Amino acid sequence: MTPQFLSLRDTMSAYVHDGMTVALEGFTHLIPFAAGHELIRQRRRGLTLVRMTPDLIYDQMIGMGCAEKLVFSWGGNPGVGSLHRLRDAIEKDWPHPLTIDEHSHAGMAVRYTAGASGLPFGILKGYTGTSLVDANREHITSITCPFTGEAVTAVPALIPDVTILHAQQADVAGNVLMRGIVGASREAAMAARTLVFTVEQVVDDLDAPMNAFVIPAWQIAAIAEVPGGAYPSYAQGYYARDNAFYQAWDAIARSRDDFVSWMTQHVLGTLDHAEFLRSVGAAD
Amino acid sequence: MAIAYTPDEMMTVAAARRLPNGAVCFVGIGLPSAACNLARLTHAPDLVLIYESGTVGTQPTVLPLSIGDGELAETARTVIPLPEIFTHYLQRGRVDVGFLGAAQVDRFGNLNSTVIGRYDQPTVRLPGAGGAPEIAAHARSVLVVMKQSARTLVPALDFRTSAGKPTALITDLGVMTPDASTHELVLTSLYEGVTVDAARAACGWPLRIAESITSISPPTDDELLVLRSLHERTRHAHSQRVRVPLPS
Repeated sequence: MTPQFLSLRDTMSAYVHDGMTVALEGFTHLIPFAAGHELIRQRRRGLTLVRMTPDLIYDQMIGMGCAEKLVFSWGGNPGVGSLHRLRDAIEKDWPHPLTIDEHSHAGMAVRYTAGASGLPFGILKGYTGTSLVDANREHITSITCPFTGEAVTAVPALIPDVTILHAQQADVAGNVLMRGIVGASREAAMAARTLVFTVEQVVDDLDAPMNAFVIPAWQIAAIAEVPGGAYPSYAQGYYARDNAFYQAWDAIARSRDDFVSWMTQHVLGTLDHAEFLRSVGAAD
Repeated sequence: MAIAYTPDEMMTVAAARRLPNGAVCFVGIGLPSAACNLARLTHAPDLVLIYESGTVGTQPTVLPLSIGDGELAETARTVIPLPEIFTHYLQRGRVDVGFLGAAQVDRFGNLNSTVIGRYDQPTVRLPGAGGAPEIAAHARSVLVVMKQSARTLVPALDFRTSAGKPTALITDLGVMTPDASTHELVLTSLYEGVTVDAARAACGWPLRIAESITSISPPTDDELLVLRSLHERTRHAHSQRVRVPLPS
C-alpha cells in the first residue's frame, strides 16, 4: 500500500474532522505549521490538540477557536516568554474555554511510546512529590512494580486519531525520511490511528543511511509536498528557525485585536502556504 | 582595573564556576544554557551538554533561542529521539548536573513554573513543567538559578512543579545551600558588595544565614569577555530573518 499524494488542502479536509484528537508533533524542529494553518483556514472546531510543546502553531490554533482541549507538557514561547493566546484561553476562556491534560515531557514521551507499542499505559519514575499528580488524577497515578515492589508512575497511552508530521523528504513510493532533531515524532507517528505527512520535497530516492529515521510508505495515509511547511520553525538542511519571528510573535499575540488582524491578513487571507510565506516576507 | 559587570553576569559566572570539567549537564534554555556554555568555553572544555530535544554532547557557537535550534543538532555528537533522553540518559542516572529555573522557589528548593494563583483558575498561567520534575528527581546534583526577590523566594508555592532538593540555589545576590539535616536553604555565600541584609530583604521567608559567609569573587576579565562575546554572537544570529527558498 502506498500513501496518496494530495494537496495540503485535500489532505487536511480528507483526514482531519471536527472533534478529533490530533497531534501535530515536531520538537521545535519540523513543526507542521503549514498543516496547522490549513486547519485554521478550514475552520476546524472542537479539536483535542496534542503536542509536548504547543509552540506558536497551537497558540494560533487555540486563538482562532479550533481547540476544545489541549494535551501538553510545556506551553511557552521558547527563550521568549508566554504563549499569550494559550494563556488567554486558560486564564480568561477566550475565545472559549480550554480543557487541559497536563504532563511533564518525560510523561508525554511515555504516553506516546505506550500508544505506539499497543499498550494501555506506560510507566516512568516521574512526577514524584509534584502537584501535577493532584491536578491531573485522571491521567497520572502510582502503581507498584509486581517484581520489586517499587512504586512507579503510570500514565495512559496516547492514541491520536491523526498524527501530522513534517519531514524533509518523501520518495516517489511514499517512504519518508526525517533528519535532525526528531523529538517524540517517531512515537507520535506509530501511536496514531492515521498518519499524514507534509514534506519539503518529493525525490526519486531518499538515499538514506542504514539506521536513518525512515517511516515506511505503508504506515502513511497521505503526503502533501509543501516547501517551507515548517516555517517559522525549521527543516534541517533546508532553512533555519526564524528566531526573529518567534521574538516578534510576542508582540503580535499579546492583544486579541492584533492577533486576529494578523491571522486574518496572513493565514485566512492567503490561499496556501507559499502565499503565506510571501505575505510575512519569508519568501519571494 | 576590573571591568564593571551586571548582577545577571555575576549570577551566570557563579553558576558556570560550579560545573566541573567532564561533567554531564542537562541544560535548560536561558541562563543555564549561557552558564554551561561559558563553562565549556573557559575552565571546562570537556563538559558534556545534553539538551532535552535529543542533542547529546553539543558544542554550539551561539546560544540557542529554543531548546531545539539547528545549531545544537549540527554541533552534537549524536542526535537521539527525545524519549531516550529522558529514559536512557536521565532516568537511568547518566546525568551529573541538572539546571533549573522557576517563577517561585520555597525554602526547601521546591519549584513552581506552572501557575500563579489557583491551578484551575490561575492569575498567571506559566509555561509548566517541561523536563523539570524528572531533572529534579534524577540528576545527581541540581542547580537552581533565579533572581532573588520576596516574590520569587516564597514561604509557600502556589503549585509544586518539581520537588526539591537542589544542591545550590544561585541568585543575583549570592548562593544558598541546603542544611545537611533539615534540607532548608541557608545563605552561605555572597557576591562582592552584597550585604546579608540585602539578601534577607529579598527573601519571602526568614532566611537562615550560615555562621560564616564566604565571598564569591567577581567575574574575571576573561569570564566577562567570553560571556559577552557569546551573547553578542547570539544576538546577531537571532536577529537575522530567515528566507525560505521556494522552488520556482
